[in-house]
Amino acid sequence: MEDLKKILTEHTFFKELGEEYFALIVGCASNVRIDAGKMIHREGEEANHFYLIRSGKVTLQLMTPNKGPLIIETLGEGDILGWSWLVPPYTWHFDAKALELTRMIALDGKCLRNKCENDHNLGYELLKRFADIITKRLESTRLQLLDIYGDRS
Amino acid sequence: MATAPDLQSLKVDYKRNPMLPWPFQIRRVKHETEDTFTLELQPQGDLEEFTFLPGQFNMVYAFGVGEIPISISGDPANPRTLVHTTRAVGSVTKAMDKMRRGDILGIRGPYGTPWPIDQANGKDVVFVAGGIGLAPLRPALYEVVTHRDRYGKVVLLYGTRTPTDVLFRQELEHWRARFDLEIYVTVDRAMSGWRGNVGVVTNLIPRAPFDPRDTMAFVCGPEVMMRFTTMELHKRGVDNENIFVSMERNMKCAVGLCGHCQFGSVFVCKDGPVFQYSQIKDMLVKWEI
Repeated sequence: MEDLKKILTEHTFFKELGEEYFALIVGCASNVRIDAGKMIHREGEEANHFYLIRSGKVTLQLMTPNKGPLIIETLGEGDILGWSWLVPPYTWHFDAKALELTRMIALDGKCLRNKCENDHNLGYELLKRFADIITKRLESTRLQLLDIYGDRS
Repeated sequence: MATAPDLQSLKVDYKRNPMLPWPFQIRRVKHETEDTFTLELQPQGDLEEFTFLPGQFNMVYAFGVGEIPISISGDPANPRTLVHTTRAVGSVTKAMDKMRRGDILGIRGPYGTPWPIDQANGKDVVFVAGGIGLAPLRPALYEVVTHRDRYGKVVLLYGTRTPTDVLFRQELEHWRARFDLEIYVTVDRAMSGWRGNVGVVTNLIPRAPFDPRDTMAFVCGPEVMMRFTTMELHKRGVDNENIFVSMERNMKCAVGLCGHCQFGSVFVCKDGPVFQYSQIKDMLVKWEI
């Protein structure tokens, strides 16, 4: 538990989060190891976790008819995987697969949702952090949609 | 296809007449991707060497079709071979794409400002390339690799459309195998067989291994990509004065006379194409200049 707390407090995602919240968060955290090629979650499944990637590489992908899985984004060390646990109906919108051996800290979303309901300050702190991630992903997606490399001569 | 002009009749010193194309013969054509190709050219007549600085461009003339600016993508340490890499998108590049070994192109140049590599001595160097923007950066990469001991960390962040659009694949693999270069490639989309990164090139900047307080960054790609890249570099802590970008405009005369490439108060052909970011950043977001 001490190790988990150390990792969480040092992670940029939890930077400047009040010390009083770490006991709550550590209570919802566990280490996970996913072998290369294994699915972490599939689209439509219940989303009850998010993950801090400690090492390895994860692909976010979408199954497309006839073409198979289309990779939307890859995430690696230091990245956060998943925000569907935070937004109803709490189901995953993409598949996530470990491209290589991946070690992560899983945070129990159900447990955290309850804690956030009971303590709105904690909820606000977490939402601010996820809003930042969601904004960056939205910005990246917009750039990808622009297909900017298509027209340069 | 075009044939060689009578060299005896060309009694002109091409260096004294910047408007006169000099004949170069195609020695090798290499198709890099589906729509991108590299031409290796050899000067004809009494011109044995063609020296240039990384980041400079030439006006390339496909006889009977037209003349366009193309950055030089070869090694400045090899002045006997001139190398251009381009995409077949317009009438001139499409005509060039059909040319074969032995065909002749007209060349005027080299023109424009180079990447200020000498200012990066002792510092980390970060190259950020988007799509075909890797081609104008390659001469600077050659230069840095040749004099590797002069620099701190050397990082290339390269983003392109799909795995099949990756330029200079073999060279990137070769550089990636070296312990003193950090090469990161990402694509905008990929199918499941791709084991590399997927996402925009700006995503690579926050964790790229360089010291932002002591880094020079050279950026080349579509303008939108350069805008977001410079923002991310700035966020990481790189001063705008240490960020250099290569601009692209419709250059015609290439010597600052015709005004085709005017960009605010500067001419891209003469004052650029390589600019210090702080010099042009306010103009990049204007709707009209």
